Amino acid sequence: MSPKKNKIKDFLSALPKNIFSGFVVSLIALPLGLGLAMASEAPPIAGIISAIVGGIVVFIFGGSYVTIAGPGNGLVGVLLIAITALGLESAYAAIICSGILILLLGFFRMGKLADFFPSSAIQGMLAAIGLIILGKQFHIMLAHKIKCEDTLDYLFEIPFTINHALNYQNKGLIFATLAGILSLAIMLFYSKIRNKYLQLIPAPMWIVILSIGFSYYFELVAHEANPIAKEYMISGIPSIQTIIADMHLPNFSSIGSFSFWSSVLAITLIASIESLLSIKAVDKLDPEKRRSNVNKDLKALGLATIGSGFLGGLNVVAVIARSSVNVNNGASNRSSNFFHAVFLVLFIVLFTTQLTRIPLPALMAILVYTGYKLASPNLIKKIFSIGKEQFIIFFVTLLVTLKIGLITGILAGVIVTLIIHIVINKTVSLFFRNVMKPNVLMYQEEGQDNYYVSVKHFCSFLNYYKLKDKLDAVPEDKDIIVDFSMCGFVDHTVMENMHDYQELFKKRDGHFDVIGLDMHDTDSEHPFALRRLLPVPNIIKNNLTRRQTSMEDLAKDYHLNYNSKKLRHVYFLNHFLFFNTKTINYIYNQLSYENSILNLFDIEFSEGEFIAKEVIRSTMLHIKLDHTIPEFTLDREGFLEKVYAFAGFKDIPIQNHSDFSNRFYLLGDNEEAITAFFNDDLVHFFESNPYYHVESNGESLLIFGKQRLASIKEIKALFDFGKRLKEVIEHE
Amino acid sequence: MSLQPFKSIGIGAAFSPNLKANLYEAARLSLFLKSKLFLIHVGEVSDDKIKMLNFFLKPFEKDNLDYEVVYKPGRPVDVILSTTEEKNIDLLILGAVQRERFLKYYVGSIARKITRKAKCSVLLLIKPSVERVLCEHIVVNGLKDPKTEQTIKTAFYVGKQLKSKKITIVEEIKQDQVSVKVDDDKSLRKANIIKERIRLRENSRIKDIIEHIPEKYTKDVVTKLQPIFGKQGYSIGHYAQISRADLLVMNAPSKMTFWDRLFPHDIEHILTELPTDVLILQ
Repeated sequence: MSPKKNKIKDFLSALPKNIFSGFVVSLIALPLGLGLAMASEAPPIAGIISAIVGGIVVFIFGGSYVTIAGPGNGLVGVLLIAITALGLESAYAAIICSGILILLLGFFRMGKLADFFPSSAIQGMLAAIGLIILGKQFHIMLAHKIKCEDTLDYLFEIPFTINHALNYQNKGLIFATLAGILSLAIMLFYSKIRNKYLQLIPAPMWIVILSIGFSYYFELVAHEANPIAKEYMISGIPSIQTIIADMHLPNFSSIGSFSFWSSVLAITLIASIESLLSIKAVDKLDPEKRRSNVNKDLKALGLATIGSGFLGGLNVVAVIARSSVNVNNGASNRSSNFFHAVFLVLFIVLFTTQLTRIPLPALMAILVYTGYKLASPNLIKKIFSIGKEQFIIFFVTLLVTLKIGLITGILAGVIVTLIIHIVINKTVSLFFRNVMKPNVLMYQEEGQDNYYVSVKHFCSFLNYYKLKDKLDAVPEDKDIIVDFSMCGFVDHTVMENMHDYQELFKKRDGHFDVIGLDMHDTDSEHPFALRRLLPVPNIIKNNLTRRQTSMEDLAKDYHLNYNSKKLRHVYFLNHFLFFNTKTINYIYNQLSYENSILNLFDIEFSEGEFIAKEVIRSTMLHIKLDHTIPEFTLDREGFLEKVYAFAGFKDIPIQNHSDFSNRFYLLGDNEEAITAFFNDDLVHFFESNPYYHVESNGESLLIFGKQRLASIKEIKALFDFGKRLKEVIEHE
Repeated sequence: MSLQPFKSIGIGAAFSPNLKANLYEAARLSLFLKSKLFLIHVGEVSDDKIKMLNFFLKPFEKDNLDYEVVYKPGRPVDVILSTTEEKNIDLLILGAVQRERFLKYYVGSIARKITRKAKCSVLLLIKPSVERVLCEHIVVNGLKDPKTEQTIKTAFYVGKQLKSKKITIVEEIKQDQVSVKVDDDKSLRKANIIKERIRLRENSRIKDIIEHIPEKYTKDVVTKLQPIFGKQGYSIGHYAQISRADLLVMNAPSKMTFWDRLFPHDIEHILTELPTDVLILQ
């Protein structure tokens, strides 16, 4: 068979999965699109239009694989300013111009644009955008529309609004406020509840479903009017006919004004940065380990933005939360992006009237949560732990962005970073003398397969793109060594990126080692802290929790080795299917037995990104086997698996063991070898023991129960299960 | 190929703390390369000076060091350049300056001017020493340039005379020779195939040059080829520094204009950041 035909076959066989994930994504995209558009004071439908145009255009022209395009969170701030300053009609013209600029960025291969900004400054800018969203929508969430001059004033007004909301007399307002608070609670606690059936529908859609159900309850069962005040319901969702009929041409009359072009620049900057960051983050989640063509994607996004602007939609950017949901639901190519657009069209055509039953506060609660996530205290804590200087950069960018504007804000961040770098190193000449030099050398030694990269002078956001250029030219399944020993200064932006590369290489069977930083000084113990060449003493912390001390005791009883330290390099877990779309943060509290043949540990990993991000801690057991077995995944059978099966995942039946086949869900590529491997002994073992998720990567097994930390008793049970399973398998 | 490319070696003899080390290095080199040493002093003759130079060069007399001292007043750059031409000097030795606090060397302003204008080969020394430091590893450029063949031959000759153990020929390949830009997996694969092809082509070109060198110069030394994709003139210095080379041998640049200094490339990079001793061959 020719490779081309194969491709079509692969595409078709992956289609059900992609339709399924496109559907799940559209469930989030619908409320988010409405909300984001309303937060930017555009008509709610504008958000949906941009998602639809984005989905279709990026599907055709895009260069990434599993990213979803649509209206972005980061753009709310700039679009809001553009729309209030220019008016809606001219704002559409600005959106179209920014689309042209993004298209040009793609043509000029400026996909590296996002690398020129220090990462703390970008964080600060995003946090500022989060606060702008949060500040503005918080009041609407509590059914208290106000108008302020300054973005900061909105934030200062929050306590008054809360006080105001507590004293509502109007029943309509009370119900509106309740809808908002309830929705916020759903957003907050959704990720804490790990129930498979609940998780099938994303939190924003739950809000939509519940509020529509609530409205129908009053109409059909209680025969009353909806108690939520009329002015706090979504208005102006036109039917599809009126959308087409009402299409107004953008107004290019203010094209000569300064404020027009400053808006265009701000929109372009934020749109491209948000897209680039999202693409980079989503590439790490791609189970098929492909590399996105950033410049091609930029072109597609630019084109989509132009189209969306003409149709009355907002900017189209690559978005991270929706993309991560996409990946988690089994998407494998761009068609899921297309199907998400198709489902959105269906929603708009079929459910226009239902959508007007959503209360505004409920929708705004989603945005408040988004804003909160962008500027969450955890994020600030993390930045502070990296170093005080990062916190200063972050805070200056945040304040200037809130007070003056986005472009001034990010520029301030860049300047402050530069000043801080100069102060820390007590030298200006290190930077100015060397900034233009090609300070990165990469070569492959003759006859050897690995790459060696040496960096000279300094490496910071100013010249990181040179290092990135070299590193990007290496396939991720190769070995690469980055040597900073001749580099006097390495900043946080670079350290963070090195970590990202390490993750990427780890996932794709390569090795990415950073060496030569032993002589460098840091202010904090965080792995991303900036480093300066100087000797440094090491301080080791040691205080254990109660669970850790009991694990220590357990280790003594059972003659195990106990190690409480966080271990970030966990190569042995990379080949498990389970971690394909998840990021392992670290493992800790290791209990190992006999040269770590049996290795039990607590693990922290995360699933999804941004508002769809869930950090999960669990206890797992890893068993090294003395011979190879087929790769498989085994879990208990349930309703969800039936849904997945419908979407194209296959369950392997074991002959003569219908009980086992009914109760367990068995997955794997090599069906023959797996059916041969699951003999009577093994099947009986699984049938007569408690349920665990068991996964084989060919050479070792990964076993875990619930997706939370195990108690000491559960640890013992898990250990015992693993030991006996190993015996059964190796007995064959 | 002439078997003795350096018949005469010149060195500026200024009465600085480094004088002894500089003279020792120059004298040793003259003995190794069997050439005549010219000491160029900018200034008038005096008894003290003669005595001092004689004192320093005494240890080499037993080896029959052939040397001559030239005294000439004037501006240092002019004096040294004119003497080089008058005396037909083939190789001029210049000292580098160490940037304080850092272990970085650069070529001072006078030496830099001389380097740019000299019509003979120039050897830049980063840390002359009285005791001999073995020159074990020589890095030489393998640029695609008409001068390269002679440069590599000379490097092998010098390597033989200095009893070096290893010579690495670095082929710097300009990035724009790789016609494919890396965007995704497909273009990355393509780019790597092209790079591999260029690598093989460059290696065979250099191997061809080496084959034409008399065997007695190549047989005792380990020869290594190292293709590098990077900025010409800069990456070879970086490589020499990483591989802890003792001597870097380079082609002299074709011509220098004002713009070359403003936007440094090739040899100018090396002059601002000496990775090791550098020999620039005319």
